Amino acid sequence: MDKKPSADMKKSAAKKQTAKASRSDFYRLRLYIAGQTPNSIAAIANLKKICEEKLQGKYRIEVVDLLEKPQLAKGDQIIAIPTLVRRLPPPVKKIIGNLSKTESVIVGLDLQPAR
Amino acid sequence: MLRVKPKVVRTSLAKIPTGIQGLDELTGGGLPKGRVTLVCGRAGCGKSLLAMEFLVHGAVRYGEPGVCMDFEETEEKLTVNVASLGFDLRELSKRKKLVVDYVSIDRSQIAETGEYNLDGLFIRLAQAVKAIKAKRVVLDSVEALFSGIADSAILRSELRRLFRWLEDQKLTTIVTGEAGDRTLTRHGLEEYIADCVISLDHRVTEQISTRRLRVVKYRGTSHGTDEYPFLIGEDGISVVPITSLVLTHRALTERISTGIATLDEMMEGKGFFRGSSVLVTGTAGTGKSSLAANFVSAACARGELCLYFTFEESPSQILRNMRSVGLSLEKWIKKGLLHFNAMRPTSTGLEGHLAVIHKQIIQLRPKVVVIDPITNLISASGSYDVKSMLVRLVDFLKVEQITSMFTNLTFAGDPQERTAAAVSSLMDTWIVLRDSKPNGRPRRELYVLKSRGMKHSREARELVVSKRGLELGIVLRDHPQATTVEGTSTAAAAK
Repeated sequence: MDKKPSADMKKSAAKKQTAKASRSDFYRLRLYIAGQTPNSIAAIANLKKICEEKLQGKYRIEVVDLLEKPQLAKGDQIIAIPTLVRRLPPPVKKIIGNLSKTESVIVGLDLQPAR
Repeated sequence: MLRVKPKVVRTSLAKIPTGIQGLDELTGGGLPKGRVTLVCGRAGCGKSLLAMEFLVHGAVRYGEPGVCMDFEETEEKLTVNVASLGFDLRELSKRKKLVVDYVSIDRSQIAETGEYNLDGLFIRLAQAVKAIKAKRVVLDSVEALFSGIADSAILRSELRRLFRWLEDQKLTTIVTGEAGDRTLTRHGLEEYIADCVISLDHRVTEQISTRRLRVVKYRGTSHGTDEYPFLIGEDGISVVPITSLVLTHRALTERISTGIATLDEMMEGKGFFRGSSVLVTGTAGTGKSSLAANFVSAACARGELCLYFTFEESPSQILRNMRSVGLSLEKWIKKGLLHFNAMRPTSTGLEGHLAVIHKQIIQLRPKVVVIDPITNLISASGSYDVKSMLVRLVDFLKVEQITSMFTNLTFAGDPQERTAAAVSSLMDTWIVLRDSKPNGRPRRELYVLKSRGMKHSREARELVVSKRGLELGIVLRDHPQATTVEGTSTAAAAK
């Protein structure tokens, strides 16, 4: 199921990846949503907050709206919305839900406490 | 006087054919169009195959593209699996007739962190449906979601929403489900399915496996609630239906020769009715197969296609034996009029035999069918099963207006009424063969115990088997059963 990252990755993301991929503690996260639903909006806000607290400067979030790019759902085997995929560092991890349970997000993403 | 005319609302569902042999007859046209049908059963019962056949036939025969969301097998595996049945999924998906989407659910990778829904699944399905303008959908097996999604309250409401969405989109859908211990499906999917539920079963009794299909529910449709045997053969599933839920087959008045002139004479000089069923019982060596072979040979001489099922002897053995009584069947085989089908009775279950017989008959469309002998089928199963199987077979043959002959071996001292009781009521004509030794000289005797719709002779006659063939000799006055004659047949009297 670990498909290669889709080709239509944003250019900026690709650049940053090459710049920072060598660093094993860099987090590349992709959040799948479907339209601006309350859960989607909540998930984006929750994710930003957690990342700022735990991963300041060491993360990149990509938001994929499946209403716009439905073809991307298959690659990451998306079933539930919202789904957050930790693409880096390996291994790939997936968590679902609006990310309101901060503790679960931290455990699910295996986030180290900010140093 | 005020009379309120009751509004007759015709709610009979539109149906679309599955293309699966027998299933469409059984359901009066197929699955409810634009609705969700549940197909449930234990692992290995054939539900995935049924669903895939529904899709492939839809795409190939009925111009209805289909989407399969498979929660268990990858596209590659599925392609290989159905390729063995002659379906080329790759080709179909290249022609945009079919989309297979493998949905992988790995619980270990998924943590839940708050509210969510299954929009991802909806979007994938909608995307696939849109891409090929699909009319049919298979979800196999959606229950796998229960292992991946921890919050079953969310899952259940989402499944409800999914099924409603499918119906809104007018997609004819098959959802498969694993059978539970006491329920039709492990997770109670049947609660969400209002229109059609089909249950499959795979049993092994006395080392013989039988597969059965039952329509548990079909809203707005009269359907058989019996279990119907089905077979997974080289070209997929074939269900053996009762072809007529009511007895409506037309009785023909045409007569055909029995192949023995003197036997014809005993039956108003004309022989059997076309489309009737004939039972020939007798102890070992009384000439049952010879009688059947004569019947078949006469049919071939009329240019009619014959199908001969043999459960005891190989075709070459029958040919050799028949040569010894002056009957050459080879020429009919060469002309393509006579087809043999030799099977071991225990090689498959009763249903398997029935399905094979059905399939062969549908393929060849013969005018005459011989099953020699049904005794061996009886040994393969309980007599109740045999009866229900023969009811189906005889019904089917009659609807197809095929004249059929069944031979049955009876044992000396065994009251033949008992062995044949299960089947004789289905038969239009019953010919009894027996050995007797009056004055120490053994001889074969034949009499017509019954023959519906005609004034037949009830006298026993000696059956003479020689190099020149089968012939009936003198009327045997000393036969106890033969003396209860209701009226001497004209033919016999003329003689």
